[in-house]
Amino acid sequence: MAKLARKVALVGAGMSKFGRNFPLKRNPDMWVEAWLSAVKSVDNGIEPKDIDACYVGNYSSDLFNHQGHLGPQMANLVGLTPKPASRFEGACASSGIALRQAIIAIASGIHDVIVVSGVECMNELPTALVTDTLATASDSLFEYPAGATFPGLYATIASAHFHKYGTTAEDLMYVGIKNHENGAENPFAQMQQSIKQMMESKMARYEKEGRSVPDWKDEFDFLKSSSNPMIASPLRLFDCSLVTDGAACLFLAAEDIARNFTDDPIWITGTGQGSAALSLHDRESLTSFIATREASRQAYEMSGLKPKDIQIAEVHDCFTIAEILAMEDLGFYEKGKAAEAVRNGDTKRDGPFPINTSGGLKSKGHPVGATGAAHAVEIFKQMRGIAERNRQVKFDVERALTHNLGGSGGTCVVTIYQK
Amino acid sequence: MTEEKDFTLQNYLEFIQNKKLMGTRCKNCGELYVPVRKLCIKCNSANMEWSEMAGKGQLAAFTSITVGTPYFIEKGYDRNKPYCFSVIKLEEGPMVSAQLVGVDESKPETIKIGMPLRVKFLETEIKGETKIDLGFEPV
Repeated sequence: MAKLARKVALVGAGMSKFGRNFPLKRNPDMWVEAWLSAVKSVDNGIEPKDIDACYVGNYSSDLFNHQGHLGPQMANLVGLTPKPASRFEGACASSGIALRQAIIAIASGIHDVIVVSGVECMNELPTALVTDTLATASDSLFEYPAGATFPGLYATIASAHFHKYGTTAEDLMYVGIKNHENGAENPFAQMQQSIKQMMESKMARYEKEGRSVPDWKDEFDFLKSSSNPMIASPLRLFDCSLVTDGAACLFLAAEDIARNFTDDPIWITGTGQGSAALSLHDRESLTSFIATREASRQAYEMSGLKPKDIQIAEVHDCFTIAEILAMEDLGFYEKGKAAEAVRNGDTKRDGPFPINTSGGLKSKGHPVGATGAAHAVEIFKQMRGIAERNRQVKFDVERALTHNLGGSGGTCVVTIYQK
Repeated sequence: MTEEKDFTLQNYLEFIQNKKLMGTRCKNCGELYVPVRKLCIKCNSANMEWSEMAGKGQLAAFTSITVGTPYFIEKGYDRNKPYCFSVIKLEEGPMVSAQLVGVDESKPETIKIGMPLRVKFLETEIKGETKIDLGFEPV
């Protein structure tokens, strides 16, 4: 794997508030919000005249919003037209792909500065149609007629992982609890509450309403109760990420000019992308994502780093089982050993290897096409030491990784960042 | 003569409508594909032939779905009547996706990975038309 022909720096990053907005915010509204947040993060300022191209990651505005062709639509909002503006699609990995293509374009010498973004407005549709739109990222000819939903596909993977490695539904609960504890500390997150807080507020509400208060001793009791309904066995509601509206925005610059924008650039030293058959039945393994293994292999090789060198990571926890698979397929833990690490608290933000300090897709939210860029926003903050509230990790982050997965593992993009 | 049919997805799906589970076998290297492929991804040969599956296999992975797709809601499934999506490893080697029937979907813990299954073509009446989907049931 060749090194990048020219170094690429992340010089700014920001995001819109993730969630469900009342009144509705559409793609352009959220995109500008993310742009302004990212502009504010650039130490020496950045203006449209400094930028050569606009890359937008988006999964399905066509179906969610009856709007295609987002590249120029977004570019024009901040006065970037007539510069090149393109949209990239790879399901939930859409803005991860946009990021990777921007890295490649800058390294090639064609562009010096690119704004990379991701945006998705899912709540314009009713939930049933949202689910149906998401299902188009799976195989529509064979999996869909057999009844596959998105949670269903990850649940199927979970059943195989449970069978092979003895992973349990309770292991998955540790992932959700940890990610919500982090999301509670993220002012941009959709659900800024720990699961314990949600449980306690439900108990308080029942008491106030004079109803019999459930006998939950801890979060696990709550998560095993009917307050956490089964969606697709073994995955319950709190194993699933959220339906979210949001946008995220990054500024990438070539090494020659990165210091015009900041004295503190974050270097992108590795990028990799992998693919797999869309259908689970067409893959050799049901317990491992080959696209993740391939993307991370490329990124590690390019950066010269090994999994053990990575200090923090944002991984694609669209479902709790996906965080377990990512931890293993990225080489952080042996196959079958990730659940134990989560149980031990190793990946909590005060643990030895924090994962998803942002709250992850589970708590921060998952506006599909914006997720890859939002991963990089959290890494930018953690490496700068500016993560809000109480979620900044307690050590200097020199080396970090993001993992952005598309669909049920058909696409994966891995990016490595160094100070 | 099934051998004369083109190796298209449409023909594969039409075989299912006729209650046949068919794959394609590479005449060059012998690799078998279900669902159909026109091109062998092992040896790049396009020299294929149709091959009928015995319809036996074992359960590789599954889920019992309480929040289903519009198609399955139309079939009458809901939170109180979940259905099983499954991946089945056929006796001949390839894996397929299919609904798993003849099991207690409301007790997924009673459904065991590795259990032997046989094909059961599932008929659904929708708007006066009979549609046939691939299904499997315990032997």
